[in-house]
Parts: sequence; C-alpha cells; structure tokens
Amino acid sequence: MEMILTFIEQNVDMIYFIALSIFVGVEVIGHVPAVLHTPLMSGANAIHGVVIVGAIHVMLNLNSDDYLLLILGFLAVLLGTLNVVGGFVVTDRMLEMFKKKN
Amino acid sequence: MSALNEICYFIASMTFVIGLRMMGNPKTARKGNLIGAAGMLVAIIGTVLFHKGEVPFIIYFLIGFSILIGTLIGWFTARKVAMTKMPELVSLFNGMGGACAALISLVEYPHLSNQTGSLIAVLAGLIIGSVSFSGSIIAFLKLNGTMSKAIRIPSSNIFNTALMLVTIGVATVIVLNPGFNTLPVVYCLLLLSLLYGVFFVIPIGGADMPVVISLLNSFTGLAAAFGGFLYGNKAMLTGGILVGSAGTLLTVIMCKAMNRSLSSVIFGAFGGNSAGLGKTSEGGTVKDIQVTDLSILMNYSKKVIIVPGYGLAVAQAQHVIHEIELLLESRGVEVKYAIHPVAGRMPGHMNVLLAESSVDYSKLSEMEEINPEFASTDVVLVVGANDVVNPAAKNDPSSPIYGMPILDVENATHVIVNKRSMNAGYAGIENELFYNNKTSMLFGDAKSVLTALVNELKAL
Repeated sequence: MEMILTFIEQNVDMIYFIALSIFVGVEVIGHVPAVLHTPLMSGANAIHGVVIVGAIHVMLNLNSDDYLLLILGFLAVLLGTLNVVGGFVVTDRMLEMFKKKN
Repeated sequence: MSALNEICYFIASMTFVIGLRMMGNPKTARKGNLIGAAGMLVAIIGTVLFHKGEVPFIIYFLIGFSILIGTLIGWFTARKVAMTKMPELVSLFNGMGGACAALISLVEYPHLSNQTGSLIAVLAGLIIGSVSFSGSIIAFLKLNGTMSKAIRIPSSNIFNTALMLVTIGVATVIVLNPGFNTLPVVYCLLLLSLLYGVFFVIPIGGADMPVVISLLNSFTGLAAAFGGFLYGNKAMLTGGILVGSAGTLLTVIMCKAMNRSLSSVIFGAFGGNSAGLGKTSEGGTVKDIQVTDLSILMNYSKKVIIVPGYGLAVAQAQHVIHEIELLLESRGVEVKYAIHPVAGRMPGHMNVLLAESSVDYSKLSEMEEINPEFASTDVVLVVGANDVVNPAAKNDPSSPIYGMPILDVENATHVIVNKRSMNAGYAGIENELFYNNKTSMLFGDAKSVLTALVNELKAL
C-alpha cells in the first residue's frame, strides 16, 4: 500500500497526462463517420508506429560490441519503420480515392 | 533528454491529435494523415539528431540502414497491395509494431537498474507487444486464407484463460522475486506471450476478424505507451495512448454494428463450425433469372438499389457495377448503393473499394438512411453479400447473427441475388432470403455476369 501511494505521489503528472490522453483519444474518434473507419484504423495503426522512436533510443544507448542486442535493436528499428511507412502510405492511398470525388 | 528533443516530441504529439481529428472528416482526412506523418518524421529526426552523449558511427550506420530497408519494403508493399487485401495489410503492419515494442523490451532489459516501475513497463511492453505480434500474424494468415477460418480447440476458453494467468503470474514473480529476475525467465515470458497471442486468435473466425484486428491495433498502442512511460517519452505516450483508446472505441463501434458484445467475440467465437448453427433451410425452391431478363427488368425500373458485398470485391467487379450504374442513370433509372456498416471485411471497407472505382461518394447510402427506401424500390441487386441481408438476423433467435441490424432488401418488389453457388456466406449460415418468392438468383462469377449485363443493357 505504502508503495502504491509513493508511486502515485511521484507520478501524479504522468497519471493526469495518461488519463487526459485517453479522453482525447475517445473524443477524437467519437465523431468519425462509418465511411472512414477503415482509413482511420489504418491511420491509427501508423501512429502507434511511434514505437520506432523507442527503438532508435535503445540503439543509440548500446555499445558497439553488444552484437546480440545490436541485432535485436536493428530488427526493432526495421519493423518499426515498416509499421510507420507502410501505415502512412497505405492510408494515404485509401484517402486519395475519397479526395478524387470531392 | 535535451530541450530540443522535448520540442520535437511536443510537435509530434500535437500532430497526432490534430491528424487523427482531421481524419474524421472526408474533406480533411488526407491532409490529416500527412500531418501525422510529418509529426512522426520530426520525432524520428529529433531522436537521432539531438541525442546527448557519444554514439559510435557504426550505430548511426545501422539505424540509417534499417530505416532505409524498412522504408523501401514498407513503401513498396503499401503501394502494390490490392485494396481488397487491406485487412491483411493492416494486421501485418500492426504485427510489426508489436514486434518492435517486444524487441525494445528485450534489448532494454539487461540495462535496467533496480527500479520496479521500469521493470513493470519493460515486462508489460514485452507481453503486450508479443501478443499483438503473434496474434496479428495469425489474423493475417487467416484473412489470407493460408489458415482455415477457425480452428476449434476443445475447451479453448479455459486453456486460454489459464495461459493468460500463467503469463501474468510469471511476470508478477519476476517483479516480486529478484531471484527470478533473470534473462532466461524473461525469454520464457516472451515465449508464453507469443503462445497466448496464437491461441487467442486461433479460435476466432470469419466475421469477427475485423474486431480482432482493431483490438490488436489498440494493444500495440498500449505497448508503445509503456515504452513511452519507460523513457518518459511524451511522443510515444501520446501516440500510444491515443491509438490505445481510439482503437478500443473503434472495436466497440464495430461490435455494435454487428450487434455482438466484445466478450462474445473473444469467448464465444462463431463462424467456424457451420454445422448445427442456425436453422438450415428445409429444401425450399430457388428461382433463377437470366441476364437478358434482368437487363429488361432493370431498364424499365424507376429505382434500383445495389447492395455490394465482399464477393463483389473478390471478383474485382466494382468497376463493372459502376458501369451498370451509369448506364441505368442514362436511361432515367435512379440508382443508389446500400452500404451495410460491416460490408466488405472492415467497417468502411466497401466505401474505399467503391471509391477506388470512381463511384460518386453521394450515391453511397448508409443502412439507417436507405432501409425505409427499399419499399419504394423496384429492383434490389445484391452482389456478393450474404449475411448482411439475411432475414434470420431478425426472425430466428437461434441464429448466431440474430439481432444484427440488416438491410431490409425483402421489402423491394424484386430481389436479385448474384452468387457463385448456393454455398453459405462468411459466417457460414444458411440464408432464407434466397428461398423468398420475390427473390431470383443470378448464378455466376460477379464480374462475368455483370459484364454480360452491361452488354445486354447497351443493346436495349
């Protein structure tokens, strides 16, 4: 119990940040018409590719002789890039088709 | 972390919110996506450029090289893949993100100091990322047809719950007992999580797959958020949480469209075992119609509604259907498309496919708005759709799709159903609409039959 209270005290800003972000996420999606659900899912998919920032961060802090970890980090950056680039490009391709009509 | 870094992450976070917001409107959607992409670029460049401390050149080289390969493969795949393959692609890219999060945890683990908070974040990222990865791959294989739609494992619910409890148990032991806080145990945890992802998706079949993808999408968001918590990285936090909460909401919206609860999707999967599901039709008679007769019928109608389903997209007939629409309009027939919320394989998927073949956005009507219009419609042409027009959803409580809102096509004067054969649909349920005396079946591949219809219409 003591531990949990200390944790809350130390991370109160973070807790506010997380709670408010959840509300923002719900609000932002709440007004989307059904037509756009597929592009939206794909766009959201690209945005969680932000995990690549973590992968780069991890790589930057490795030693150049940690071969196993370097390989894992390399893979992480590669897969993260696939997620980001593939996600945004495919979403753009879908939305391009809607644009033509308007 | 330097101030410049923080500024980059702030910009990225804001673009994610603004981008997602703009994607909610067809007019601004494309720009919104590009704004999000720009923010992502700022975050990535900022991370590399403003990093404090000495970094060996080889590491910069490796980062640059992997980004280059990833960009090439990602760009190429995204440009080449057919629009009908969209659900596969989304689940595949989602799996990549999950794997990335899991790998970060693996690399970060040996560098952890004895902080419980960081350890929890690393383990949570590992578990959620791995589940998302292996689950997405199974979803991909299923959608792709490589794996049969649903595999029944005896008492899979009990097994899955047990597997989940064991996984969480192992993670708890690692956190509470320093003796188990070792690399081999962490690799065991990785294996357990991967297995759980596989067994989580395997029993779920057919019609429920979009819900699963959406759910796994929000899982990956959550994994990214844990990474953000670990590094105090605000861009990862905002991006991850936004996708986590938005993805969960989207999952709920999808379930609502199919009138299913999330728990029945996960624990009571249907779609695989067609045997014994719903009422099988007791050998009613089926009428069929020839293309020549249909062309005359449609040509002299006042109002025609087209109900496109995934079968239309599989046959690549969306361009032909657009041609029929234009021909009929030139003869003074009013033509509309009725789009069920889950037509295609994901909500909104059908709109994308029709937009691809230049169908006017304003001709696509959603279910609530078109349902009252069927009564005043002469001909309804159902192409490659089945479950979304199945009356069993309204009047057969024993049917697994009972309660799902459907398009009331049987209110129209004539119902024409194009199908390749009498096989059951995506959910594997018999459809009594086919035996209705208003219904005529137009058998054959959608593309060849509709092309023949175009020629007949032109000849009239």
